[in-house]
Amino acid sequence: MFLKLSGLEPLIVTPESNFVNVGERTNVTGSKAFLRMIKEGDFEAALAVARDQVEGGAQIIDVNMDEGMIDGKEAMVKFLNLIASEPDIARVPVMIDSSKWEIIEAGLKCIQGKGVVNSISLKEGEENFIWQAKQIKRYGAAVIVMAFDEKGQADSYERRIEICKRSYDILVKKVHLPKDDIIFDPNIFPVATGMEEHNNNALDFFRATKWIRENLPGAHVSGGVSNVSFSFRGNNKVREAMHSAFLYHAIANGMDMGIVNPTMLEVYSDIESELLTHVEDVLLNRRPDATERLLELAETVKGDGKKKEVDLSWRNVPVKERLSHALVKGLVEFIDEDVEECRKLYKRPIEVIEGPLMDGMNIVGDLFGSGKMFLPQVVKSARVMKKAVAYLLPYIEEEKDGKSSSAGKILMATVKGDVHDIGKNIVGVVLGCNNYEVIDMGVMVPADKIIETAIRENVDVIGLSGLITPSLDEMEHVAKEMERANLQIPLLIGGATTSKVHTAVKIEKHYSKGQTVHVLDASRSVTVVESLLGSKKNQFVEDLKLEYERLREHHEKHRGLKQLLSLEQARENRFKIDFKQQDIQVPNKLGVQVFSTIPLEVLVDFIDWTPFFQTWELHGRYPKILEDEVVGQEAKKLFADAQAMLQKMIQEKWIEARAVIGLFPANSVGDDIEIYKDESRSEILNVQRTLRQQTKKTSGQPNLALADFIAPKDTEINDYIGAFVVTTGIGLEKWVEKFEKDHDDYNSIMVKALADRLAEALAEYMHREVRLNHWGYASEEFLDNESLIQEKYRGIRPAPGYPACPDHLEKIGLFEMLDATKLTGVSLTETLAMLPAASVSGWYFAHEEAKYFGLGKINSEQLENAAIRKDVSNEYLKKWYSSFMIDN
Amino acid sequence: MKKNIEELLKESILILDGAMGTMIQRHKLEEEDFRDGAFENHSKPLKGNNDLLSITRPEIIKDIHRQYFLAGADIVETNTFSGTWIAQADYALEDAVYRINYESAKIAKEVANEFTDKPRFVAGSIGPTNRTASISPDVNDPGYRAITFDELVNAYSDQVGALMDGGVDILLVETIFDTLNAKAALFAIDEVFEKRGEKLPIMVSGTITDQSGRTLTGQTTEAFLISLSHLPLLSIGLNCALGANLMRPYLQILNEKSPFAVSAHPNAGLPNEFGKYDESPEMMAAQIKEFLDEGLINIIGGCCGTTPEHIKAIADLAKNYKPRRILSEIG
Repeated sequence: MFLKLSGLEPLIVTPESNFVNVGERTNVTGSKAFLRMIKEGDFEAALAVARDQVEGGAQIIDVNMDEGMIDGKEAMVKFLNLIASEPDIARVPVMIDSSKWEIIEAGLKCIQGKGVVNSISLKEGEENFIWQAKQIKRYGAAVIVMAFDEKGQADSYERRIEICKRSYDILVKKVHLPKDDIIFDPNIFPVATGMEEHNNNALDFFRATKWIRENLPGAHVSGGVSNVSFSFRGNNKVREAMHSAFLYHAIANGMDMGIVNPTMLEVYSDIESELLTHVEDVLLNRRPDATERLLELAETVKGDGKKKEVDLSWRNVPVKERLSHALVKGLVEFIDEDVEECRKLYKRPIEVIEGPLMDGMNIVGDLFGSGKMFLPQVVKSARVMKKAVAYLLPYIEEEKDGKSSSAGKILMATVKGDVHDIGKNIVGVVLGCNNYEVIDMGVMVPADKIIETAIRENVDVIGLSGLITPSLDEMEHVAKEMERANLQIPLLIGGATTSKVHTAVKIEKHYSKGQTVHVLDASRSVTVVESLLGSKKNQFVEDLKLEYERLREHHEKHRGLKQLLSLEQARENRFKIDFKQQDIQVPNKLGVQVFSTIPLEVLVDFIDWTPFFQTWELHGRYPKILEDEVVGQEAKKLFADAQAMLQKMIQEKWIEARAVIGLFPANSVGDDIEIYKDESRSEILNVQRTLRQQTKKTSGQPNLALADFIAPKDTEINDYIGAFVVTTGIGLEKWVEKFEKDHDDYNSIMVKALADRLAEALAEYMHREVRLNHWGYASEEFLDNESLIQEKYRGIRPAPGYPACPDHLEKIGLFEMLDATKLTGVSLTETLAMLPAASVSGWYFAHEEAKYFGLGKINSEQLENAAIRKDVSNEYLKKWYSSFMIDN
Repeated sequence: MKKNIEELLKESILILDGAMGTMIQRHKLEEEDFRDGAFENHSKPLKGNNDLLSITRPEIIKDIHRQYFLAGADIVETNTFSGTWIAQADYALEDAVYRINYESAKIAKEVANEFTDKPRFVAGSIGPTNRTASISPDVNDPGYRAITFDELVNAYSDQVGALMDGGVDILLVETIFDTLNAKAALFAIDEVFEKRGEKLPIMVSGTITDQSGRTLTGQTTEAFLISLSHLPLLSIGLNCALGANLMRPYLQILNEKSPFAVSAHPNAGLPNEFGKYDESPEMMAAQIKEFLDEGLINIIGGCCGTTPEHIKAIADLAKNYKPRRILSEIG
């Protein structure tokens, strides 16, 4: 087949490809200028040399760092690593050129493409040769083999073919190297040296080349062409003619690759005929006086020779376009002068950044987004940007009266549970390039650490990154925690799975105090941050909010059409519990029970304090909130006051705790739960009409309705349900009025907040009593308060008006069934709110698999179905259901 | 004695399994699931380190393998995508690498052996690690590398050895976004083979990140193919990042240029705005039908978001087609 090499792009050497140019200037042994750059550590200039070669037509670049004064291995690694970040250069394969094996091997470890090793030989014997060839094969490279053996370098036609044949046989038969990966260098030696034994140097090379190509199938021939003209150093015109003529004949004989300086090459047909004749006389050893004649002629044809220009036509366009060009192409060469020119066009240096440079970066972003640029190029663009900004900085500082500061502090983190940080790092450096101070917290960073650091470091922006899908949820969580922590810092969201829609729907709305922005890719990060921290922030934020709101609305609609199941489909995918009579505990006491003298002190242990602090807009979890850096002091004080009042409320019996519960036989019929008066199950007391989730679920996930947790009637299994109404609001009004009369808002809010907590505590307490005693299905349960709050027990107590059954209308039947208003004093308002407010009502489900869920959105099909079941009009129901309806 | 896989590839299109992560997510696992019985007192959170489940919840993993075999997969991948010390370092679990790979291979083989109807293979999944050997994470220092070739070789050698000890039939170097990482993996594999005096078929699969048609590190599909063709591979292909539709142009390139079998395990479409893959088995199969009509493929399966239902749909389709002809030139 063919020799196939690769950088970022393929290079395939076919018979039609004629000749492969290998660039030779990135070679410390061949170029003094390049050596100086490497010695002085000026790698930017060294890269420019490489780029110049590629732009000038080199299809492979030869890299050689063999010099006594430099650490060749280190220089090789560093230069190859730098090339890897330069797509303009890295697109071509690399030839790793060294006489030291350790440098070759170090180089092979740096290139992702298939390169060429230059070179190995039999110089140190067969064993060493085999071992090196085997390693090269393992690294995935092609190899140049020098015509060199234990006896020395081949200098005749015979020695050349002898060594090449022997090397070839070893490589093919013992190493099993693909034949096409073998390239011979049969030694190009200088001609016209004045020494007779050199007169056949070029000719022998041509003949050996021909022999190799005819006798060693697959193998290629290469060589360092400039060697041939060594005698004419200083006379470029002659050298260029010699190179061209040598190549012409070498190629004709089958040489298909060569190390040449493409900028030191005349076009063969452009060589003046007299010069060409003299040159060819030498190369082909056509006459004994060929050398003298060429030397003579050389005296008359001195000149600079012909330099091939890299395309600089882009320098002729207006400066703003030049800046864009430099950013898109990643060219730093002219950036300082262009920025300087541009600076003079604007009143303030910062405007150069905000104007033309940002415009350029936006072009980069667009190209990247549409797949026309790829990552390493964007990274390069960022570096050009950095140089431009660096140039402008002193002017910006000057303007600021010498006050030096970063443009802003950015915290970056990959969220908890995710270890991907490549994208985040890129954003970090792009921002860093633009004078932002970046605090990189690394990977798997939990929300509290992010928030803590953001506060401590007083950052201006927080950037979250993640790649895997669960990170999306974690980002949502971080946003919520930031809200709880009262932060106002703008939040950036980025990473492969993130999207603008997700940010709008799932993140932005949870963080009301600061602005959340989805950042599409690294190239956009600068513009976004600039806008968030700049003078036009308000407009930017306003526009964003509007945009995200629109996205949410659109999403809701879209989602509704696309993702809701029909009611029939949803019902088919109901949660199918395998009910068994023996799993169902018959309640110890069926029917309604009233508790009107529950001592308040038993409830204290059941209080969940976190929402209490939320009422006071202090955000954080109890008890940690008491030690919180920001709100801890305030929280402690509030908590002490609360404790004091709570004691009084208990001791002085300010309020009464009352509860009514009922446990009844029940069975489900479709989405309804029939609740029976007694165990005969003949008289229906109430029918609870439950609603079913209609959102399309991932495979294996059911569409839930509360009815799924009760055994269907047709199973003939006897199941049960409970209901409750509890209040701690009786007597409260009196105290609220008293405080308000005194204009004591603080205690008025305090007493209401405490009553609310006590009501929730009472619900929790009663639920426990039911589980342990009245129903008695969980008689062996020992849970502390924390576990109760986290609802680690069996069974649920969903409340009408809450996510599992957002239908407030269900309260009516519930209250009637329990005769709750009469027994507890809690009544329902016109809007079906409970009075007093410190009350809780709901259902008890006992099945082990019963769990809380959110109904989500339903469609009008289910509404109409519910209307029929409830025997009410659609219009009436629409009023109550509007908040969880999908259409209209 | 089962037929060798090279023979089978000439006769039919082989089916690879679908996503592991998607299936694990269905189980709603908690921190303790990743610890039980093995890493109880480990200092770092382990939730999300799916490879550990082969040790702590082997039944879950075995069941996933079983579901894929039942769906018609000829080859399942071990649960070892992050089974290198480099990837495990984030969890401070470098020491667990041998167990992860050995146990994962062992349980996958156990499931494979439950099936006697046709040959079933286990491919040791070798992921890209989370470091890139040819890009710097620090733009201010583009010459810097967060990981070296030698470190990668070292990590991959450990993984490959353990997978082979555990009994895998194939090695699958996959989701390659940096070809230099994959070259290190092949280097390690070749060395391990030499030391053990034992070889396994090698599959490699790269990731074209977007419609630029390039890998993350900038290589075109053909450059990628050339860069990894130095070992006699069983197959080369593409997986992840793209759904079947978007992958097609790059598979056409491989079809045209590759001397090896061509594989594809695309995602179930592109993730929607919520990171979920919502292409149904039917939608995906319809796109894959185009590959098959064009004769591009020898091995087909699924990546992110695919499930046994997807694999079944693909397998049902693929059995009606002849495989791509392999232009085997490598002896």
